[in-house]
Amino acid sequence: MLNKVMKGIVGAVGLASVALPLTATAELSDDKVKIGVLSDMSGVYKSLEGPGAVIAAEMAIEDFGGTVLDRPIEIISADHQNKPDIGASTAREWIDDKQVDMLTALDNSSVALAVQGLAKDKKIITMNTGAGTTALTEEQCSPYGIHYVYDTHALPVGTATAMVKNGGEKWFFITADYAFGHSLRDNTGAVVESLGGEVVGNVNAPLSTNDFSSYLLQAQASGADVIGLANAGQDTVNAIKQAQQFRIVQSGQKLAGMLVFITDVHSMGLEIAQGLQFTTAFVWNQDDDALQWSNRFYERHNAMPTMVHAGVYSAVTHYLEAVKAVGTDNSDAVRKQLGEMTLNDFFVKDGHIAANGSMFHDMYLVEVKKPSESESEWDLLEVVSRIPADTAYIPVSESACSLVSES
Amino acid sequence: MSIQVIMSQALLGLNVGVFYAMLSLGLAVIFGLLNIINFAHGAMYMLGAFVALIGYSYLDQWFGINLQIGFWASLIVVPLVVGGLGILIERTMLKRLYQLDHIYGLLLTFGITLILQGLFANFFNVSGTPYPGQPESLSGVVNLGFMYFPTYRLFAIVFSLVVCFGTWYVIEHTKLGSRLRAGVENPQLTQTFGLNVPLMVTLTFGFGAALAGLAGVLAAPIYSVSPLMGADLIIVVFAVVVIGGMGSIMGAILSGLALGLVEGLTKVIYPPAASTVIFFLMVLVLLFRPAGLFGKEK
Amino acid sequence: MMNRILFAVMLVAGLTAPFYAYPVFVMDLLCFALFACAFNLLLGYAGLLSFGHAAFFGGAAYIAGYSIKAWGFPPLIGILTGTGFALILGFAFGYLAIRRQGIYFAMVTLALAQIIYFMALQMPFTGGENGLQGIPRGQLLGFIDLDSSLSMYYFVFGIFLVGFGIIQRTIHSPFGEVLQAIRENEARALSLGYDVDRFKLLAFVISATLAGLAGATKAVVFQFASLTNAHWQTSGEIILMTLVGGLGTVFGPVVGALTVGALSHELSSYGSWVQVILGTIFVICVLVFRRGIIGELARVMKKP
Repeated sequence: MLNKVMKGIVGAVGLASVALPLTATAELSDDKVKIGVLSDMSGVYKSLEGPGAVIAAEMAIEDFGGTVLDRPIEIISADHQNKPDIGASTAREWIDDKQVDMLTALDNSSVALAVQGLAKDKKIITMNTGAGTTALTEEQCSPYGIHYVYDTHALPVGTATAMVKNGGEKWFFITADYAFGHSLRDNTGAVVESLGGEVVGNVNAPLSTNDFSSYLLQAQASGADVIGLANAGQDTVNAIKQAQQFRIVQSGQKLAGMLVFITDVHSMGLEIAQGLQFTTAFVWNQDDDALQWSNRFYERHNAMPTMVHAGVYSAVTHYLEAVKAVGTDNSDAVRKQLGEMTLNDFFVKDGHIAANGSMFHDMYLVEVKKPSESESEWDLLEVVSRIPADTAYIPVSESACSLVSES
Repeated sequence: MSIQVIMSQALLGLNVGVFYAMLSLGLAVIFGLLNIINFAHGAMYMLGAFVALIGYSYLDQWFGINLQIGFWASLIVVPLVVGGLGILIERTMLKRLYQLDHIYGLLLTFGITLILQGLFANFFNVSGTPYPGQPESLSGVVNLGFMYFPTYRLFAIVFSLVVCFGTWYVIEHTKLGSRLRAGVENPQLTQTFGLNVPLMVTLTFGFGAALAGLAGVLAAPIYSVSPLMGADLIIVVFAVVVIGGMGSIMGAILSGLALGLVEGLTKVIYPPAASTVIFFLMVLVLLFRPAGLFGKEK
Repeated sequence: MMNRILFAVMLVAGLTAPFYAYPVFVMDLLCFALFACAFNLLLGYAGLLSFGHAAFFGGAAYIAGYSIKAWGFPPLIGILTGTGFALILGFAFGYLAIRRQGIYFAMVTLALAQIIYFMALQMPFTGGENGLQGIPRGQLLGFIDLDSSLSMYYFVFGIFLVGFGIIQRTIHSPFGEVLQAIRENEARALSLGYDVDRFKLLAFVISATLAGLAGATKAVVFQFASLTNAHWQTSGEIILMTLVGGLGTVFGPVVGALTVGALSHELSSYGSWVQVILGTIFVICVLVFRRGIIGELARVMKKP
């Protein structure tokens, strides 16, 4: 308690010392604040972030009143097509030529790493809501990079622990062959091994593979208890469906979706997905606040929000609050302010952003409901347990990020 | 490595191989008569899958037609639609290029590929839409002893083989086929014998396109239907064609099947090479038998 | 005469571009313009359709990027290393591909390029789907800081002019004349005692090398080498650019690259419609407009 009070006082003093001299001048780099939403608008991750992220960002701006420091807030969006070079060159043009002040969404870890690296050189804040790899806050961390919703450490902690404890000791991975998949596989493997389990094999599948049958049969032949799907979006859906076709689960092996979104469950249907356990940062009907926002989102998007959609809203809102508090869109000042704030809204409770950019908040282990338990089209998930932020995320003391050791 | 694993991967390889065979067969038939490599062949395959999908799921929603074309009907309707488009392309565009270098035929069909791909990418997710129309009767699993194999995939293999060998039989052993072959050997002479060679050319192009469309329908329930499904496949099929040589219909079929198997087995032995093994074989063939395994040096 | 005017226009436009356009975008266009010129040397003057030129463009980008990033090569040496790789690769491809003619040649080059694409996808040093990121631009000749987009721009423009010059020299040399003779009538060239295959191979190697120069430069501009550069779609795009501008003309590829590049950039917010539009242009060019912009322009100017 005393600790909290102290933190509050220190925070307030810090805030005042930064804010006071600056609010007098209300400095913006130009006559507006511009937010760039760079997402996968046409590919594997379209439904989990994509156009929905633009809607979430628009909602955040509208709810904020449309202006900050009496200047308009603008939004710009584009499709990175899951290609890091396209993502990076779009971001470069936005920063150089279109005066973008903050970049968000950035689903797809390859794109995320490329854009964060660029934004670091250009001193622009990135609030990543969509990508998974922990490299964003570890080896390749940036003083302007924030990782907001989940990472490949937070995901396996809940899911893999639960599976190993239920007897799934031998694991075989089917890995999406890029930064995110590798990171998820390595982190999950570490969790499995730390609990006494064993990784018996791995096969890398290209991003957006249509036919997983060959990989699934290799996994089957390996004799593993659990087939870990270190992929996401449409890839996970395809793998689970084809496992069904080849009777993998009926033959006694379990599937572990390491990153599953509610939209994936929705597209698979409860008949196939029931009983699947996975980790998420947010469930749209977890409480009344969430439910209320999600219904507003549903009206515009015709689908319930994923954790990523909710995360975009929350990230944009907190960014704008920070800009307002320090009276400038100068990245250093805003980033400092964001680090000192305690984040609270329908998405995050008592969250805070560490020096390496990792946003610490609780995660949930959920289970897909049986068809008989579901009350509506989107009533799909049951929260099994809450994973406290401290266990979900890599402790700052163990971080490989150079920014942490400096401070 | 157990014999089980090899058997099951070989069967999956054959599954891929029948698609190679059907596509390279269509390419070979078209090439035989028109001397054109149809780059749009992959797009025709993709189109076949999409026509089946639209016929099953979107007719009502998009066109207000209260009709659902099931899988079995698609096997007939789709090749007709795709073949019809092929005929249209041949009549309105390709025809103008016969006097020019054959390269222009390749370039034209490449342009058509871009158009078709871009068009479908606008309306459908690039990562694929599942085809929900797989018939109930084929949705089960067959226990082959060494593995469970989905009934539908088995059906696709058998059906494609029948189509391939049926085509071969018609071309090599019927009167219709002998006329076609005459048209290939010597168009001018055949024309003077009173056969309508331009019509034959048009119908052949239509038939080749229809084969690709049919392959698309068969593929739809296995792989998701995606705008890019044909693009990646067609390049492999080009390599298959270079390996097999354009000499014979049987050559196209056999090299398609064999290379599917090779690819499947590579997935077991050395997975990273699975996507390149066919291209490496192509290099070897070029070094030692430039005309291809079944080809004749022209 | 027309060529001189066009050259002057190009020079003035190139020198002033960074003051009214976004420099990185213009540099991108210049890389593609050089790439298209290199491609034109092969198709327009030697009559060989390569559908695998992305392998040289993309491959050189990786090698240049890696040598700069991992071995600390200065930018110019890194670009030359990448270009050298394209030269070797061009020799290997050419040696295999000239065994087949016409459409087969196109298919073989496409399939060979696909090997490079998959190798780029799987070899660890390329970073696979992630691409090779964070290539430092470094300092040119040890004292010109290329992080400034203006000095980077003029460096790229210089490279473009050098590449463009080499291609012009080649076309107008006796070697270039033999190439055109082979294109017009291979049998006659053969009967005149020319070693046709050797000429073709040399043309292929020169074209591949300069395509590599363009790719290596692009990697330094964007500080990034990626799979997109090596993808077959890039091979197709370069054919389109050359065709739109004018096959076998000196400035056609440059005009084509600018037109197509600007068009796709302007239309990029329309998503996949860009592809539809480019495809349509392609089809129209092949059907009725085979001379391309510059070719048609030259025809119109000669007429009256």
